[in-house]
Amino acid sequence: MFKQSKLVSALAVAGVALFGAQAAHAQIVKIDGSSTVYPITEAVAEDFQKAKKNAIKVTVGISGTGGGFKKFCRDETDLQNASRPITAKEMADCKAAGVDYIEMPVAYDALTVVINPKNTFLKQATVEELKKLWEPAAQGVVMKWNQVNPAWPDAPVKLFGAGADSGTFEYFTEAIVGKAKSSRGDYTASEDDNVLVQGVSRDVNGIGYFGYAYYAENMARLKGLPIVNPKTGKAVEPSGANVENGTYVPLSRPIFVYVKAKSMQKPEVREFVEFYMKNADKLIREVKYVPLPKAAYEGNIKHAKDGKIGTVFGGKNEVGITVEEIMKREAKM
Amino acid sequence: MQPMTTEQIRVLIARGKMKDTIFQALGIICLAIGLLVIFLLVGDMLMRGLDRLNIEFFTEFASRRAHQSGILSAWVGTILVMFVTAMAAVPLGVAAGIYLEEYAKRNWVTDIIEINITNLAAVPSIVYGLLALGIFVYTFGFGQSILSAGLTLALLILPIVIVSTREAIRSIPAMIREGSMAVGATRWQTCRYHIIPYAMPGILTGVIIGLARAIGETAPIITIGALTFIAFLPPVPFTATGADGVSAGLFDWVMSPFTVMSIQIFNWTSRPDPAFEINAAAAGFVLMGMVLSMNAIAIYLRYRMRKNIKW
Repeated sequence: MFKQSKLVSALAVAGVALFGAQAAHAQIVKIDGSSTVYPITEAVAEDFQKAKKNAIKVTVGISGTGGGFKKFCRDETDLQNASRPITAKEMADCKAAGVDYIEMPVAYDALTVVINPKNTFLKQATVEELKKLWEPAAQGVVMKWNQVNPAWPDAPVKLFGAGADSGTFEYFTEAIVGKAKSSRGDYTASEDDNVLVQGVSRDVNGIGYFGYAYYAENMARLKGLPIVNPKTGKAVEPSGANVENGTYVPLSRPIFVYVKAKSMQKPEVREFVEFYMKNADKLIREVKYVPLPKAAYEGNIKHAKDGKIGTVFGGKNEVGITVEEIMKREAKM
Repeated sequence: MQPMTTEQIRVLIARGKMKDTIFQALGIICLAIGLLVIFLLVGDMLMRGLDRLNIEFFTEFASRRAHQSGILSAWVGTILVMFVTAMAAVPLGVAAGIYLEEYAKRNWVTDIIEINITNLAAVPSIVYGLLALGIFVYTFGFGQSILSAGLTLALLILPIVIVSTREAIRSIPAMIREGSMAVGATRWQTCRYHIIPYAMPGILTGVIIGLARAIGETAPIITIGALTFIAFLPPVPFTATGADGVSAGLFDWVMSPFTVMSIQIFNWTSRPDPAFEINAAAAGFVLMGMVLSMNAIAIYLRYRMRKNIKW
């Protein structure tokens, strides 16, 4: 065993000596994480590199929120795209590796329940109705529309939804069923939202859910289902305006970027984060997400400067939290 | 038993010929289905992607705007990764093949090695990705670099190279080997001047088949962490890249982050904006073109080398 590990380390040293450790002078901002946040960060990275005339390089990967946090907490990346707050386990991992982070909400995503445009009977749905349709007990039992609501026709339901590894799945189940990751399993699941878009657009009895951006780009072949706001009792259409004014609940959620505190010392990362927050409003609208109020972005920069590290969620996801609430809690940190 | 009449024999022959024709027709139909599918696929990609197939598509980096998006970092990444793969897999694979055919003693150890090599060729590529993540990326500290990706794909195609090397060597008549040794050549001289040159066309075919498999691989490369957005190229040796004006070393590019064609295509097909599907089709067509031109080079080289063999 001893011999073997010696051999391995000798090879490693030889490798590093031969090729030189990661070209020391290259200024690279490394980002990884959620595919939901990716379009935003990609847009920022693209414009940032152009603005800096490529003097600073940015790389963005897609490992999913969970996969990204693993790398982030191993000290491999500077920024982490996250479609949900950091979990208690990830907090422990980061702590063990000595990685401190600043939590920055960057946008709203509205999970959108979509139906086929030819579907005429479905005008709105309540959280209870969606729960009847999606809860684990419905598996193999609720197969027809009229089993959910007697007013709906006696026709089969075709379900499409997010794969079990995605943050979207986690949030939808938590908001609708009441428990994260608790869902029926007999539906067409895909991590690739375009598969779901095609499924629902081709089946008159189809119903599915995914991030708002996919609905916004495919409005011609999908219909967004208005969801009844549990507090006001009014059906609210999925739209940017309704997310911004806070009426589209409980399916709108904030999405985040986590910045490693140590990386904020590096000028290239600091510049990138400042660029991100300054241009967020414009770029987020362009990629069809819903921006936060301007004060939130200014708050993010301020928190970074003040060195406010940690999360305001305490390792738990919260349904229906507003960005104002997050800012209030951050102020107390 | 009565002898058959001429009539009966004629019927028998006709029946035999009939079966012959049926089989031939079936064969042609099968071939046609295969070819048709390929033509439809390539044709469909070309039709859908034609709008994007211009010079800018090759000279621009990926962008969030579909019509400005190009494959520069992807095609450069693919070629560099393939280069590293070939540099690692060819010498190793060919040497292993020659050893097993020409030097190894026939015993149970050799048998086990042989069975394992054949089985390795059937291991799913994602498994190589996981292995490489542990060994190259973390233990050796190569990180998420072109080097890691190239070595991973080299592992993946190593069995193919070894098996095809051995088959190429086996197809050389034994008398060549015997003749060489009869005039006093050592085993190495026999290999160097006879076996390797004569086996070269076959080896080359195996290498190209291996590289053609590797070029489209997505799973192991995603596992080791190729990037989805990267708008810069690996450093060119001896040129300044950073703001500080320090020149890159000869081998700095192998440690650079990268992306490859298959990942770029995968990324484009999963975007919300349907306009990216055009880009994906165009990139798919380019990737097909890369594979086909690799095959064309292999066929040409094989033809050249065969001409030079004079037994």
